Amino acid sequence: MEDIILVENLHKIYKTGDLDVHALRGISLSIRKGAFVSVMGPSGSGKSTFMNIIGCLDRPTSGSYFLEGNKVSSLEKDRLSEVRNRKIGFVFQNFNLLSRASAVENVELPLIYNGTSLRKRTELAKEALAMVGLEGREKHHPSQLSGGQQQRVAIARAIINKPSIILADEPTGNLDSKTSSEIMEIFKGLNEQGKTVLMITHDTEIAAYAERTVLFRDGKLLEDGGVQKKEAVKR
Amino acid sequence: MNPIVAFKVSYRALRKNKVRSLLTTLGIIIGVAAVITMVAITQGAKKLIEEQLVSLGGNSLIVNPGKRAGSGVTQNSQTRSLTADDGEAIRSLGGVTHVSPILDTTENIIWNNRNWFTAIVGVSPEFTLINDWFPERGNFFTDEEVMGAERVCVLGRTVAFNVFGYQNPIGETVRIANNSFRVIGVMGAIGQTPGGKDQDDIVLVPYTTLQKRIMGVTDVENISVSVRDQKDIPFTAAQITQVLRERHQIRPGMEDDFHIKTQVDIIERIFTISRIMTILLGSIASISLIVGGIGIMNIMLVSVTERIKEIGIRMAVGAREKDILVQFLIEAIVLSLVGGLIGILLGVAATKTASLLTQWPTLVSFGSIILAFSFAALIGIFFGLYPAKKASKLDPIEALRYE
Repeated sequence: MEDIILVENLHKIYKTGDLDVHALRGISLSIRKGAFVSVMGPSGSGKSTFMNIIGCLDRPTSGSYFLEGNKVSSLEKDRLSEVRNRKIGFVFQNFNLLSRASAVENVELPLIYNGTSLRKRTELAKEALAMVGLEGREKHHPSQLSGGQQQRVAIARAIINKPSIILADEPTGNLDSKTSSEIMEIFKGLNEQGKTVLMITHDTEIAAYAERTVLFRDGKLLEDGGVQKKEAVKR
Repeated sequence: MNPIVAFKVSYRALRKNKVRSLLTTLGIIIGVAAVITMVAITQGAKKLIEEQLVSLGGNSLIVNPGKRAGSGVTQNSQTRSLTADDGEAIRSLGGVTHVSPILDTTENIIWNNRNWFTAIVGVSPEFTLINDWFPERGNFFTDEEVMGAERVCVLGRTVAFNVFGYQNPIGETVRIANNSFRVIGVMGAIGQTPGGKDQDDIVLVPYTTLQKRIMGVTDVENISVSVRDQKDIPFTAAQITQVLRERHQIRPGMEDDFHIKTQVDIIERIFTISRIMTILLGSIASISLIVGGIGIMNIMLVSVTERIKEIGIRMAVGAREKDILVQFLIEAIVLSLVGGLIGILLGVAATKTASLLTQWPTLVSFGSIILAFSFAALIGIFFGLYPAKKASKLDPIEALRYE
């Protein structure tokens, strides 16, 4: 199976005033299509920086990042936006929905930026909401939805463009355990449909939903419980 | 993102915060309304003046003593005054149709127990022909009466009404400066000058009478001349200059001790003044437009700061710098255009109200509306650009982290 993500010797250095922060110190890894990977590590370990680069929100200082075989690490800003729009779906810990827009308006947001017609946008948005079990709540605003429901809206937004990878940053961090399980079931379902999922978490129970865990420490990959984990389980 | 969708996105954002949006546009509304009203009022005044000037006729000129110095007149003791004989000399020129010497003073006119303080103006009978202004009752005085410096007078409408009420003044005796005058006529109404002076508040007497019996002078203050044809004015003015220089013994190289004002000069001067006024008032009003623009910029900056997270979200799902720039720019432009529209309506309403109150005509020119509207749009673009650029240059990661 081909690698959907290939990262080679990734470095990221932040210049903050006099200090240089070397957030990533030569990360190399590959992720195959359809994988479910959890990304763990203490704060400051570089996992967020890594996710930002995978998500095309940021560019590495050096090294390369191939997404679906295309070198995206050297793309300029506008092209990166395009990649984010079409290939990547984000799910954040604090949902990051537009508070003054309805569920449907939130979900259709990515489609606005690739020129989809109004009719198609509404149709696809309603579909996506149905897929996460929020049928009937299209016109509700985030203030009228529970935390779990808001995260579902965020997930619907993340999948509406049929992206190649879903990046989740502590997706259950603001949710109680019951709701967390519900959300993780949704992620599991999406993964079973073939979507590649990368998830930052510090909760080992949540991390267990993934088949593979990568551990960051001080800008380096400490552990890569790679495909071995799944094979170990098989045995 | 196509422009229609972009417009909808911006419009939605503005609607979510109607009160703030309206307050932001207040500066533009007032600015546009001010510009339109100011221009309309000055345009209306200019038109009124033009109409009055046209009716005064463009084929007369006035000879005044003293040098013309810039906008005023300087007279010194060496200035030789004009005399009635100068007038006679002018009369003999080819293109001249009528001549009237003029001098004036102010006095009380007394009849029984009524008196009225007014202008007493000494002229010759040709005055009526030069100004196309005739008595509506009775007669004007004749050349014989001028020669004899007779004590006869013709009243302006305002004087007649204030002294005699509805009674007929013809044949009555009035006292002016210790002289008894017989009223022989009442002039027709002529109205106000553009400056608001009541031209019917006047008493006309033979200039000789005013010279000898009241003022004790031998010169005159102006000489009014009418010319056969407007085209002849420059040539005739030159002839008059030549004649007067001879009569006043002005040597070559010396300046004239008189100056000639033609209707054209007066018209031009008034046009210049009204043009200056329009520009002045328009500029002042435009300043408020600029203030309005600054208001828009400030509110847009606040808006951008408040929506940093939203901008981050939009960028995360694929909005390019350009998309964010366009969104906020359109918001600013929509605000200015809506403000401009309301301002135009307000300006037109204010103009109509001003017109009602002052009884002056006003002219809301289509040009000023287009100008104010485009100005409003430009203000929106110019002052909206900076906040929009700031928004588009945000780093998505920082923006998402913003609390």
